[in-house]
Amino acid sequence: MILPPRIRARNRMLRQRINRAPSPIIAVGLPWLSIILGSMLSTVLVIASAPIMPPLGFLTFLAWRQLRPGLLPIWAGLPLGLVDDLYSGQPFGSAVLLWSVAAIALDVIEERVPWRYFFTEWLVAAAMAATYIVACLAIANLASASTPVLILVPQIIASILVYPLVCRLVALIDQLRLVPIVEVG
Amino acid sequence: MAPPANRRPGYSRRAQYSSFFGYLAGVLGALIGAALLILSIRNPDFFSGAQTAATQAVEPAGAATAGTRKAGRSVLSVIEGYLFAGSRYDKINRELAKARSELAESQAVRAENRRLKKLLGIVESGHEPVAVARLTSSSAASSRRFATIGLGRNDGVRDGMPVRSNLGIVGRILHAGAGSSRILLVTDTQSLVPVRRARDDVAAFAQGRGDGTLQIRLIDLGVNPLKKGDVLVTSGAGGLYRTGIPVAVVTELTADGASARILSDPAATDYVIVEPISRTSGSSAPAVPQASGEQPRADDGAGPAP
Repeated sequence: MILPPRIRARNRMLRQRINRAPSPIIAVGLPWLSIILGSMLSTVLVIASAPIMPPLGFLTFLAWRQLRPGLLPIWAGLPLGLVDDLYSGQPFGSAVLLWSVAAIALDVIEERVPWRYFFTEWLVAAAMAATYIVACLAIANLASASTPVLILVPQIIASILVYPLVCRLVALIDQLRLVPIVEVG
Repeated sequence: MAPPANRRPGYSRRAQYSSFFGYLAGVLGALIGAALLILSIRNPDFFSGAQTAATQAVEPAGAATAGTRKAGRSVLSVIEGYLFAGSRYDKINRELAKARSELAESQAVRAENRRLKKLLGIVESGHEPVAVARLTSSSAASSRRFATIGLGRNDGVRDGMPVRSNLGIVGRILHAGAGSSRILLVTDTQSLVPVRRARDDVAAFAQGRGDGTLQIRLIDLGVNPLKKGDVLVTSGAGGLYRTGIPVAVVTELTADGASARILSDPAATDYVIVEPISRTSGSSAPAVPQASGEQPRADDGAGPAP
Protein backbone atom coordinates (compact mmCIF):
# COMPACT_ATOMS: atom_id res chain seq x y z
CA MET A 1 0.00 0.00 0.00
CA ILE A 2 1.38 3.41 -0.92
CA LEU A 3 0.87 6.04 1.75
CA PRO A 4 0.93 9.78 1.15
CA PRO A 5 4.30 11.38 2.05
CA ARG A 6 2.93 13.25 5.07
CA ILE A 7 1.68 10.07 6.71
CA ARG A 8 4.94 8.32 5.86
CA ALA A 9 6.97 11.06 7.48
CA ARG A 10 4.74 10.86 10.53
CA ASN A 11 5.14 7.11 10.73
CA ARG A 12 8.88 7.44 10.46
CA MET A 13 8.88 9.97 13.26
CA LEU A 14 6.76 7.72 15.47
CA ARG A 15 8.96 4.74 14.71
CA GLN A 16 11.95 6.78 15.77
CA ARG A 17 10.29 7.49 19.08
CA ILE A 18 9.70 3.89 20.00
CA ASN A 19 12.24 2.48 22.39
CA ARG A 20 13.72 5.91 23.07
CA ALA A 21 13.82 8.07 26.15
CA PRO A 22 14.56 11.76 26.66
CA SER A 23 18.19 12.58 27.30
CA PRO A 24 18.55 13.35 31.02
CA ILE A 25 21.17 16.02 30.31
CA ILE A 26 18.85 17.92 27.97
CA ALA A 27 15.80 17.37 30.17
CA VAL A 28 17.54 18.93 33.16
CA GLY A 29 19.93 21.30 31.42
CA LEU A 30 17.70 23.00 28.87
CA PRO A 31 15.84 25.20 31.41
CA TRP A 32 19.13 26.45 32.85
CA LEU A 33 20.56 27.04 29.40
CA SER A 34 17.47 28.94 28.25
CA ILE A 35 17.66 31.29 31.23
CA ILE A 36 21.36 31.95 30.68
CA LEU A 37 20.68 32.64 27.01
CA GLY A 38 17.91 35.03 28.05
CA SER A 39 20.38 36.95 30.22
CA MET A 40 22.86 37.19 27.36
CA LEU A 41 20.23 38.06 24.76
CA SER A 42 19.01 41.21 26.47
CA THR A 43 22.52 42.69 26.21
CA VAL A 44 23.28 42.04 22.54
CA LEU A 45 19.96 42.79 20.86
CA VAL A 46 20.21 46.57 21.03
CA ILE A 47 22.79 49.14 22.02
CA ALA A 48 20.47 51.18 24.16
CA SER A 49 20.83 54.70 25.46
CA ALA A 50 17.92 54.16 27.84
CA PRO A 51 16.71 51.08 29.74
CA ILE A 52 14.21 49.66 27.25
CA MET A 53 15.00 45.96 27.10
CA PRO A 54 12.93 43.70 29.36
CA PRO A 55 15.12 41.64 31.69
CA LEU A 56 14.74 38.49 29.59
CA GLY A 57 16.79 36.28 31.90
CA PHE A 58 14.59 37.09 34.88
CA LEU A 59 11.38 36.70 32.88
CA THR A 60 12.49 33.28 31.63
CA PHE A 61 13.36 32.31 35.18
CA LEU A 62 9.89 33.37 36.35
CA ALA A 63 8.23 31.53 33.47
CA TRP A 64 10.02 28.28 34.26
CA ARG A 65 9.13 28.52 37.92
CA GLN A 66 5.49 29.23 37.12
CA LEU A 67 5.12 26.69 34.33
CA ARG A 68 7.04 23.86 35.98
CA PRO A 69 7.24 24.59 39.70
CA GLY A 70 9.83 22.33 41.22
CA LEU A 71 11.78 21.68 38.05
CA LEU A 72 14.34 24.30 38.98
CA PRO A 73 15.40 24.01 42.62
CA ILE A 74 14.51 26.94 44.82
CA TRP A 75 18.19 27.87 45.13
CA ALA A 76 18.53 28.15 41.32
CA GLY A 77 18.63 31.95 41.69
CA LEU A 78 22.15 31.69 43.10
CA PRO A 79 24.00 30.25 40.08
CA LEU A 80 21.69 31.78 37.49
CA GLY A 81 21.81 35.18 39.15
CA LEU A 82 25.60 35.01 39.15
CA VAL A 83 25.58 34.55 35.37
CA ASP A 84 23.05 37.34 34.93
CA ASP A 85 25.19 39.67 37.04
CA LEU A 86 28.11 39.11 34.70
CA TYR A 87 26.12 40.55 31.82
CA SER A 88 23.46 42.89 33.16
CA GLY A 89 25.65 45.84 34.17
CA GLN A 90 24.07 45.94 37.60
CA PRO A 91 26.27 45.95 40.71
CA PHE A 92 27.52 42.39 41.13
CA GLY A 93 25.26 40.33 43.39
CA SER A 94 22.03 42.19 42.71
CA ALA A 95 20.56 39.41 40.57
CA VAL A 96 21.71 36.70 43.01
CA LEU A 97 19.83 38.45 45.78
CA LEU A 98 16.73 39.43 43.83
CA TRP A 99 16.29 36.13 41.96
CA SER A 100 16.60 34.12 45.19
CA VAL A 101 14.08 36.34 46.93
CA ALA A 102 11.77 36.16 43.90
CA ALA A 103 11.84 32.35 43.87
CA ILE A 104 10.88 32.20 47.54
CA ALA A 105 8.20 34.88 47.10
CA LEU A 106 6.73 33.01 44.14
CA ASP A 107 6.54 29.84 46.21
CA VAL A 108 4.71 31.68 48.99
CA ILE A 109 2.25 33.23 46.51
CA GLU A 110 1.55 29.86 44.92
CA GLU A 111 0.74 28.45 48.30
CA ARG A 112 -1.77 31.22 48.99
CA VAL A 113 -3.48 31.16 45.57
CA PRO A 114 -4.33 27.53 44.92
CA TRP A 115 -6.46 27.99 41.81
CA ARG A 116 -4.55 29.50 38.99
CA TYR A 117 -5.09 30.26 35.34
CA PHE A 118 -2.90 32.13 32.94
CA PHE A 119 -4.29 35.57 33.69
CA THR A 120 -3.47 35.34 37.39
CA GLU A 121 -0.01 34.00 36.58
CA TRP A 122 0.53 36.94 34.28
CA LEU A 123 -0.68 39.33 36.96
CA VAL A 124 1.72 37.84 39.50
CA ALA A 125 4.59 37.87 37.00
CA ALA A 126 3.82 41.47 36.03
CA ALA A 127 3.92 42.55 39.66
CA MET A 128 7.17 40.67 40.23
CA ALA A 129 8.81 42.02 37.07
CA ALA A 130 7.86 45.60 37.96
CA THR A 131 9.14 45.13 41.49
CA TYR A 132 12.32 43.55 40.16
CA ILE A 133 13.04 46.41 37.75
CA VAL A 134 12.45 49.06 40.41
CA ALA A 135 14.56 47.10 42.91
CA CYS A 136 17.38 46.86 40.35
CA LEU A 137 17.27 50.64 39.97
CA ALA A 138 17.29 51.08 43.75
CA ILE A 139 20.36 48.85 44.06
CA ALA A 140 22.16 50.64 41.22
CA ASN A 141 21.35 53.97 42.83
CA LEU A 142 22.57 52.69 46.18
CA ALA A 143 25.86 51.97 44.44
CA SER A 144 26.45 55.57 43.40
CA ALA A 145 24.17 56.06 40.40
CA SER A 146 21.28 58.55 40.55
CA THR A 147 18.77 57.54 37.92
CA PRO A 148 15.18 58.79 38.30
CA VAL A 149 12.49 56.10 38.61
CA LEU A 150 10.30 57.49 35.82
CA ILE A 151 12.58 56.38 33.01
CA LEU A 152 11.73 52.78 33.89
CA VAL A 153 8.11 53.04 32.75
CA PRO A 154 8.71 51.90 29.13
CA GLN A 155 10.81 48.99 30.34
CA ILE A 156 8.17 47.84 32.82
CA ILE A 157 5.44 48.02 30.19
CA ALA A 158 7.60 46.12 27.70
CA SER A 159 8.34 43.45 30.29
CA ILE A 160 4.66 42.94 31.10
CA LEU A 161 3.72 42.72 27.44
CA VAL A 162 6.53 40.38 26.50
CA TYR A 163 5.86 37.94 29.34
CA PRO A 164 3.18 35.82 27.55
CA LEU A 165 5.61 35.44 24.66
CA VAL A 166 8.33 34.27 27.02
CA CYS A 167 5.87 31.78 28.54
CA ARG A 168 5.05 30.44 25.07
CA LEU A 169 8.73 30.04 24.31
CA VAL A 170 9.35 28.32 27.63
CA ALA A 171 6.44 25.95 26.95
CA LEU A 172 7.98 25.14 23.58
CA ILE A 173 11.37 24.49 25.15
CA ASP A 174 9.61 22.36 27.76
CA GLN A 175 8.26 20.14 24.98
CA LEU A 176 11.64 19.96 23.24
CA ARG A 177 13.23 19.08 26.56
CA LEU A 178 11.35 15.78 26.71
CA VAL A 179 11.75 14.68 23.08
CA PRO A 180 12.90 11.04 23.25
CA ILE A 181 16.22 10.83 21.46
CA VAL A 182 18.33 8.44 23.52
CA GLU A 183 17.94 4.75 22.71
CA VAL A 184 16.86 2.64 25.66
CA GLY A 185 18.30 -0.74 26.50
CA MET B 1 -5.43 21.45 39.49
CA ALA B 2 -5.22 22.98 42.91
CA PRO B 3 -2.22 21.88 44.90
CA PRO B 4 -3.00 20.13 48.20
CA ALA B 5 -3.52 22.49 51.12
CA ASN B 6 -0.88 20.68 53.08
CA ARG B 7 2.42 21.13 51.31
CA ARG B 8 4.26 18.53 53.38
CA PRO B 9 5.63 15.98 50.94
CA GLY B 10 4.05 12.96 52.63
CA TYR B 11 5.52 11.04 55.53
CA SER B 12 8.86 10.41 53.88
CA ARG B 13 11.45 11.89 56.18
CA ARG B 14 13.86 12.12 53.26
CA ALA B 15 11.43 14.14 51.12
CA GLN B 16 10.69 16.46 54.03
CA TYR B 17 14.38 17.04 54.61
CA SER B 18 15.12 17.74 50.95
CA SER B 19 12.24 20.24 50.80
CA PHE B 20 13.49 21.93 53.96
CA PHE B 21 17.08 22.09 52.79
CA GLY B 22 15.90 23.42 49.44
CA TYR B 23 14.32 26.41 51.18
CA LEU B 24 17.37 26.78 53.37
CA ALA B 25 19.56 26.90 50.27
CA GLY B 26 17.21 29.48 48.74
CA VAL B 27 17.54 31.76 51.76
CA LEU B 28 21.28 31.14 51.77
CA GLY B 29 21.39 32.17 48.11
CA ALA B 30 19.71 35.46 48.97
CA LEU B 31 22.20 36.04 51.78
CA ILE B 32 25.16 35.26 49.50
CA GLY B 33 23.68 37.71 46.98
CA ALA B 34 23.45 40.41 49.63
CA ALA B 35 27.05 39.74 50.68
CA LEU B 36 28.27 39.95 47.07
CA LEU B 37 26.31 43.15 46.64
CA ILE B 38 27.88 44.79 49.68
CA LEU B 39 31.29 43.70 48.44
CA SER B 40 30.72 45.11 44.98
CA ILE B 41 29.30 48.38 46.29
CA ARG B 42 32.30 48.80 48.59
CA ASN B 43 34.75 47.90 45.85
CA PRO B 44 33.22 48.39 42.38
CA ASP B 45 36.30 47.07 40.55
CA PHE B 46 36.30 43.75 42.36
CA PHE B 47 34.21 41.86 39.83
CA SER B 48 34.86 43.90 36.69
CA GLY B 49 37.51 41.45 35.53
CA ALA B 50 35.02 38.60 35.59
CA GLN B 51 32.42 40.77 33.89
CA THR B 52 34.62 41.78 30.97
CA ALA B 53 35.83 38.19 30.61
CA ALA B 54 32.22 37.03 30.46
CA THR B 55 31.26 39.58 27.82
CA GLN B 56 33.84 37.98 25.58
CA ALA B 57 31.56 34.96 25.42
CA VAL B 58 28.78 36.97 23.77
CA GLU B 59 31.24 38.73 21.46
CA PRO B 60 30.33 36.71 18.31
CA ALA B 61 26.62 37.20 18.95
CA GLY B 62 27.17 40.92 19.43
CA ALA B 63 29.15 41.17 16.21
CA ALA B 64 26.40 39.31 14.35
CA THR B 65 23.61 41.50 15.71
CA ALA B 66 25.63 44.63 14.97
CA GLY B 67 25.12 43.93 11.28
CA THR B 68 21.40 43.40 11.69
CA ARG B 69 21.03 46.50 13.83
CA LYS B 70 22.57 48.56 11.05
CA ALA B 71 20.36 46.98 8.37
CA GLY B 72 17.20 47.57 10.39
CA ARG B 73 18.09 51.16 10.98
CA SER B 74 18.83 51.91 7.34
CA VAL B 75 15.47 50.46 6.24
CA LEU B 76 13.71 52.86 8.59
CA SER B 77 15.79 55.80 7.46
CA VAL B 78 15.05 55.03 3.79
CA ILE B 79 11.31 55.12 4.46
CA GLU B 80 11.69 58.30 6.47
CA GLY B 81 13.78 59.80 3.69
CA TYR B 82 10.99 59.29 1.14
CA LEU B 83 8.43 60.90 3.41
CA PHE B 84 10.34 64.10 4.04
CA ALA B 85 12.41 64.32 0.86
CA GLY B 86 11.19 67.64 -0.49
CA SER B 87 11.37 69.86 2.55
CA ARG B 88 14.62 68.29 3.67
CA TYR B 89 16.25 68.86 0.27
CA ASP B 90 15.41 72.50 0.48
CA LYS B 91 16.76 72.83 3.99
CA ILE B 92 19.94 70.90 3.22
CA ASN B 93 20.68 73.14 0.24
CA ARG B 94 20.44 76.24 2.37
CA GLU B 95 22.59 74.70 5.09
CA LEU B 96 25.15 73.56 2.52
CA ALA B 97 25.60 77.08 1.19
CA LYS B 98 26.11 78.34 4.72
CA ALA B 99 28.44 75.49 5.62
CA ARG B 100 30.63 76.09 2.53
CA SER B 101 31.46 79.60 3.57
CA GLU B 102 32.05 78.52 7.13
CA LEU B 103 34.31 75.72 5.95
CA ALA B 104 36.46 78.14 4.00
CA GLU B 105 36.64 80.35 7.04
CA SER B 106 37.61 77.47 9.32
CA GLN B 107 40.27 76.28 6.89
CA ALA B 108 41.81 79.70 7.00
CA VAL B 109 41.68 79.69 10.79
CA ARG B 110 43.22 76.24 10.94
CA ALA B 111 46.04 77.25 8.63
CA GLU B 112 46.72 80.29 10.73
CA ASN B 113 46.55 78.19 13.86
CA ARG B 114 49.15 75.81 12.47
CA ARG B 115 51.39 78.68 11.46
CA LEU B 116 51.14 80.32 14.88
CA LYS B 117 51.81 77.05 16.65
CA LYS B 118 54.88 76.50 14.53
CA LEU B 119 55.96 80.00 15.40
CA LEU B 120 55.61 79.22 19.11
CA GLY B 121 57.28 75.85 18.74
CA ILE B 122 54.33 73.84 19.98
CA VAL B 123 54.46 70.23 18.94
CA GLU B 124 51.04 68.90 18.01
CA SER B 125 50.30 66.12 20.48
CA GLY B 126 49.03 63.16 18.50
CA HIS B 127 45.41 62.14 18.60
CA GLU B 128 46.00 59.03 16.59
CA PRO B 129 43.23 56.59 17.45
CA VAL B 130 44.29 53.65 19.59
CA ALA B 131 41.71 51.34 18.11
CA VAL B 132 38.51 51.24 16.11
CA ALA B 133 35.83 48.78 17.15
CA ARG B 134 32.17 47.95 17.02
CA LEU B 135 29.97 48.23 20.08
CA THR B 136 28.95 44.64 20.70
CA SER B 137 26.65 44.70 23.69
CA SER B 138 25.08 47.12 26.13
CA SER B 139 23.34 46.99 29.49
CA ALA B 140 19.97 47.48 27.80
CA ALA B 141 17.99 45.95 30.66
CA SER B 142 19.66 47.88 33.46
CA SER B 143 19.32 51.46 34.59
CA ARG B 144 23.10 51.85 34.26
CA ARG B 145 24.49 52.68 30.84
CA PHE B 146 27.39 50.49 29.83
CA ALA B 147 28.49 49.14 26.49
CA THR B 148 31.27 46.80 25.52
CA ILE B 149 33.72 46.62 22.65
CA GLY B 150 35.61 43.56 21.52
CA LEU B 151 39.06 45.05 22.09
CA GLY B 152 41.07 45.14 25.27
CA ARG B 153 44.52 45.51 26.75
CA ASN B 154 45.99 43.27 24.04
CA ASP B 155 44.98 45.91 21.51
CA GLY B 156 46.37 48.82 23.49
CA VAL B 157 43.11 49.87 25.15
CA ARG B 158 43.59 51.17 28.70
CA ASP B 159 41.27 52.25 31.50
CA GLY B 160 40.06 55.83 31.18
CA MET B 161 40.58 56.25 27.45
CA PRO B 162 37.88 58.38 25.78
CA VAL B 163 35.68 56.68 23.22
CA ARG B 164 34.07 58.62 20.41
CA SER B 165 32.36 58.06 17.11
CA ASN B 166 32.60 60.29 14.08
CA LEU B 167 29.55 62.17 15.39
CA GLY B 168 30.79 62.90 18.88
CA ILE B 169 31.72 61.58 22.26
CA VAL B 170 30.37 58.16 23.29
CA GLY B 171 31.97 57.54 26.66
CA ARG B 172 35.16 56.30 28.19
CA ILE B 173 36.74 52.96 28.98
CA LEU B 174 35.71 51.91 32.47
CA HIS B 175 37.55 48.62 32.56
CA ALA B 176 39.81 47.18 29.90
CA GLY B 177 39.93 43.42 29.99
CA ALA B 178 42.32 41.25 28.02
CA GLY B 179 40.17 41.04 24.92
CA SER B 180 37.13 43.18 25.62
CA SER B 181 36.44 46.40 27.47
CA ARG B 182 33.51 47.96 29.21
CA ILE B 183 32.59 51.53 28.33
CA LEU B 184 30.81 53.97 30.61
CA LEU B 185 28.52 55.84 28.22
CA VAL B 186 28.10 59.58 28.69
CA THR B 187 24.36 59.05 29.24
CA ASP B 188 25.03 57.13 32.47
CA THR B 189 24.20 59.09 35.60
CA GLN B 190 27.73 58.59 36.89
CA SER B 191 29.32 60.16 33.83
CA LEU B 192 30.25 63.81 34.15
CA VAL B 193 31.77 65.52 31.11
CA PRO B 194 33.13 69.07 31.28
CA VAL B 195 31.74 70.91 28.27
CA ARG B 196 31.64 74.37 26.77
CA ARG B 197 29.45 75.96 24.14
CA ALA B 198 30.99 75.48 20.72
CA ARG B 199 30.91 79.13 19.65
CA ASP B 200 32.04 80.74 22.91
CA ASP B 201 33.33 79.68 26.28
CA VAL B 202 30.22 79.16 28.40
CA ALA B 203 31.46 76.33 30.62
CA ALA B 204 29.24 73.63 32.08
CA PHE B 205 29.08 70.03 33.13
CA ALA B 206 27.08 67.47 31.17
CA GLN B 207 25.73 64.72 33.38
CA GLY B 208 23.87 61.72 32.00
CA ARG B 209 20.29 61.08 33.00
CA GLY B 210 20.15 57.44 32.03
CA ASP B 211 17.55 57.95 29.30
CA GLY B 212 19.66 59.18 26.40
CA THR B 213 19.60 62.84 27.41
CA LEU B 214 22.10 64.91 29.33
CA GLN B 215 21.60 67.41 32.10
CA ILE B 216 23.67 70.52 31.46
CA ARG B 217 24.74 72.30 34.64
CA LEU B 218 26.30 75.71 34.20
CA ILE B 219 29.39 76.49 36.21
CA ASP B 220 28.67 80.21 36.44
CA LEU B 221 25.24 80.64 37.92
CA GLY B 222 23.26 83.69 36.96
CA VAL B 223 21.45 84.49 33.77
CA ASN B 224 21.16 81.35 31.72
CA PRO B 225 22.96 82.14 28.45
CA LEU B 226 22.07 78.85 26.75
CA LYS B 227 19.61 78.70 23.89
CA LYS B 228 17.82 75.91 22.16
CA GLY B 229 20.02 74.40 19.46
CA ASP B 230 23.34 75.33 21.06
CA VAL B 231 26.02 72.74 20.37
CA LEU B 232 28.22 71.72 23.29
CA VAL B 233 31.72 70.33 22.89
CA THR B 234 34.18 68.93 25.40
CA SER B 235 36.17 71.64 27.10
CA GLY B 236 39.12 69.47 28.04
CA ALA B 237 38.97 70.53 31.68
CA GLY B 238 40.06 67.79 34.02
CA GLY B 239 42.12 66.17 31.33
CA LEU B 240 39.96 63.16 30.61
CA TYR B 241 38.70 64.21 27.22
CA ARG B 242 40.55 66.36 24.75
CA THR B 243 38.95 69.61 23.70
CA GLY B 244 36.53 70.07 20.88
CA ILE B 245 34.75 66.74 20.64
CA PRO B 246 31.02 67.36 19.98
CA VAL B 247 28.86 66.17 22.89
CA ALA B 248 25.24 67.28 22.71
CA VAL B 249 22.76 69.81 21.42
CA VAL B 250 20.53 71.76 23.79
CA THR B 251 16.85 70.84 23.49
CA GLU B 252 15.22 72.43 26.50
CA LEU B 253 16.15 75.09 29.03
CA THR B 254 15.83 74.46 32.75
CA ALA B 255 16.33 76.62 35.81
CA ASP B 256 20.03 75.89 36.31
CA GLY B 257 21.04 74.95 32.80
CA ALA B 258 19.43 72.87 30.14
CA SER B 259 18.66 69.39 29.02
CA ALA B 260 20.45 68.26 25.90
CA ARG B 261 20.20 65.47 23.41
CA ILE B 262 23.40 63.52 22.86
CA LEU B 263 24.84 63.91 19.36
CA SER B 264 26.39 60.49 19.03
CA ASP B 265 23.57 58.21 20.05
CA PRO B 266 25.22 54.86 20.82
CA ALA B 267 22.22 53.09 19.30
CA ALA B 268 22.99 54.72 15.96
CA THR B 269 26.74 54.21 16.15
CA ASP B 270 28.43 51.55 14.07
CA TYR B 271 32.07 52.00 14.86
CA VAL B 272 33.64 53.79 17.77
CA ILE B 273 37.15 55.17 18.03
CA VAL B 274 39.22 54.70 21.18
CA GLU B 275 41.49 57.68 21.66
CA PRO B 276 44.58 58.00 23.84
CA ILE B 277 44.10 59.68 27.20
CA SER B 278 44.34 63.43 26.78
CA ARG B 279 47.28 64.79 28.69
CA THR B 280 46.29 68.41 28.85
CA SER B 281 46.10 68.33 32.64
CA GLY B 282 49.35 68.15 34.54
CA SER B 283 48.31 65.32 36.82
CA SER B 284 48.48 62.54 34.27
CA ALA B 285 51.39 63.86 32.22
CA PRO B 286 54.12 61.26 32.48
CA ALA B 287 57.17 63.34 31.58
CA VAL B 288 57.84 66.88 32.77
CA PRO B 289 59.88 68.11 29.78
CA GLN B 290 56.96 67.26 27.52
CA ALA B 291 54.62 69.49 29.47
CA SER B 292 55.40 72.55 27.37
CA GLY B 293 54.24 70.68 24.32
CA GLU B 294 50.95 69.71 25.87
CA GLN B 295 49.13 73.01 25.71
CA PRO B 296 45.39 72.74 25.36
CA ARG B 297 44.58 72.88 21.72
CA ALA B 298 42.81 75.98 20.58
CA ASP B 299 40.90 74.82 17.55
CA ASP B 300 38.91 77.96 17.10
CA GLY B 301 37.14 76.91 13.96
CA ALA B 302 37.05 73.17 14.58
CA GLY B 303 33.79 73.05 16.51
CA PRO B 304 30.72 72.28 14.42
CA ALA B 305 28.62 75.18 13.24
CA PRO B 306 25.56 75.57 15.48
